[in-house]
Amino acid sequence: MKYIQGNYIISEKMAIARNIYSFVISCPEVAELACPGQFVHIRAKGYTLRRPISICGIDKTKGTLRIVFEIRGEGTEQIAGLNKGDLIDMLAPLGHGFTVYPDYKKVVLIGGGIGTPPMLPLASAYGSKAVAISGFRNASAVILQDDFKKTGAETILCTDDGSMGVHGFVTEPLQELISKEKPDAVYACGPMPMLKGIAAICKENNVFCEISLEEHMACGIGACLGCACRTKRNDEEYFAHVCKDGPVFNAEEVLW
Amino acid sequence: MADLSVNICGVDFKNPVIPASGVFGYGREYEELFPLDKLGGIATKGTTLHLRTGNLAPRIAETPAGMLNSVGLQNPGIDHFISTELPYLLTKDLVVLANIAGATPEECAEVAAKLDDTDVHMIELNISCPNVKQGGAAFGTSCEMAAEVTKKVRQATKKPLVVKLSPNVTSITDIAKAVEAAGADAVSLINTLLGMRIDVNTRRPILRNNVGGMSGPAVFPIAVRMVWQVANAVDIPVIGMGGVSSGKDAIELMMAGASAVQVGAAIFTDPYAPVKIVEEMNEFLDSKGISSVKDIIGTVQPW
Repeated sequence: MKYIQGNYIISEKMAIARNIYSFVISCPEVAELACPGQFVHIRAKGYTLRRPISICGIDKTKGTLRIVFEIRGEGTEQIAGLNKGDLIDMLAPLGHGFTVYPDYKKVVLIGGGIGTPPMLPLASAYGSKAVAISGFRNASAVILQDDFKKTGAETILCTDDGSMGVHGFVTEPLQELISKEKPDAVYACGPMPMLKGIAAICKENNVFCEISLEEHMACGIGACLGCACRTKRNDEEYFAHVCKDGPVFNAEEVLW
Repeated sequence: MADLSVNICGVDFKNPVIPASGVFGYGREYEELFPLDKLGGIATKGTTLHLRTGNLAPRIAETPAGMLNSVGLQNPGIDHFISTELPYLLTKDLVVLANIAGATPEECAEVAAKLDDTDVHMIELNISCPNVKQGGAAFGTSCEMAAEVTKKVRQATKKPLVVKLSPNVTSITDIAKAVEAAGADAVSLINTLLGMRIDVNTRRPILRNNVGGMSGPAVFPIAVRMVWQVANAVDIPVIGMGGVSSGKDAIELMMAGASAVQVGAAIFTDPYAPVKIVEEMNEFLDSKGISSVKDIIGTVQPW
């Protein structure tokens, strides 16, 4: 794994929903290395710990990365206060990303809430071979639907309260898709109950499934062992680390 | 360019900056960012006789100007360290302090005995980990236990023995004197301070272990005070740590009496922190016309 720490220029900033921001960052050497599913570790001035944020877009030609993140506390609020032209301190790209197989003919991408952004680079990789299911609390939390459409992926939108798209959870359209035609792979990122449900459906239907997890994190590179995740390897319980072994894991490896 | 070299227990360090145990693993992840040769030494991840899986997550919580951790000594065990990690570190030009821990004095001694046959430069005995139920902090909070474990490890190895002290005690100087009398060649301090945070929405502690060790800039003044007190109480060298995040902090801790400094949480904020601290110490010494860092050790002039 190769990663770099540096200060990079924010070339675009946009508020895309309440408390949710999109940054495009000019960082050619990081963009060159980055893969779907990886994350960047951002320094919030005045705070001890960096904030891990998933990569939402990789443009190797322009040398840019896009990140979309939600203000969750004081640290992310500080980062959200940065503006176009400001420098952002990143340690990146980090972690083990999604497995992308060009041979796959049909894949399902599932994002829940602020877990939606890391699914976008996968949509770009698979284009029309992908169905992107996104789930949000309500209409005001919906993000990135136009971006998914631009990749050529089919999109299905769900909201918990039915204020936009399908009324219900993302697992319902997933069940329907699987019953019509079994996909080659399911990729997901979002809240743990959602991921657990998706993993169970995939296991039952024998579908390859990768999920992206999050955990309180310190170093971001596998040294401090802070972000432990219970997994199974060769039938033995093993504390893997979200920053280095993950954030993407085969769903069958995770002990829920 | 000032002379940054120091000598602790007969071991030469090219500079006095050492990443602290636990933040730096066995060094491999940081070699991706800079050559480890830039460091004076490395205190390796606390290693026990057998593999330990550590505590459940969350193991990390942020605090004002600092953080809590409750990793719980996850490590692959001493045999793996000796066969795989130590040979790699010994190819680098830096002092290797093997940090060890155990549930009983006998277990600590057994780990030390295994290291005695290797080329490791120093052993740092952790008698102060707050995150394990057996051993760890229990050894570090009573003079008798601290002396007993130090004595057992002393008998097991001829390597220079550094004993890492807990700040979670009534009198750290008494513990320091006890381990000195029991044969420690040096002491290092401070380990983390026991702390706790609660999520007020869920009424659950943020750490799955409920409590954890606090580190980061917030603890720095406590480190300075304890290093100063211990340096005045014992005749063996003191390695200082606790919230060091700049060259000036490192100089301050050395003026308090430390012969070298370890850097912990600052590395999470800036992975290059230890390298920058070396550069900043050099700049400070040059700006004051001080030719050797050794000339500042313990030079605070108390009121």
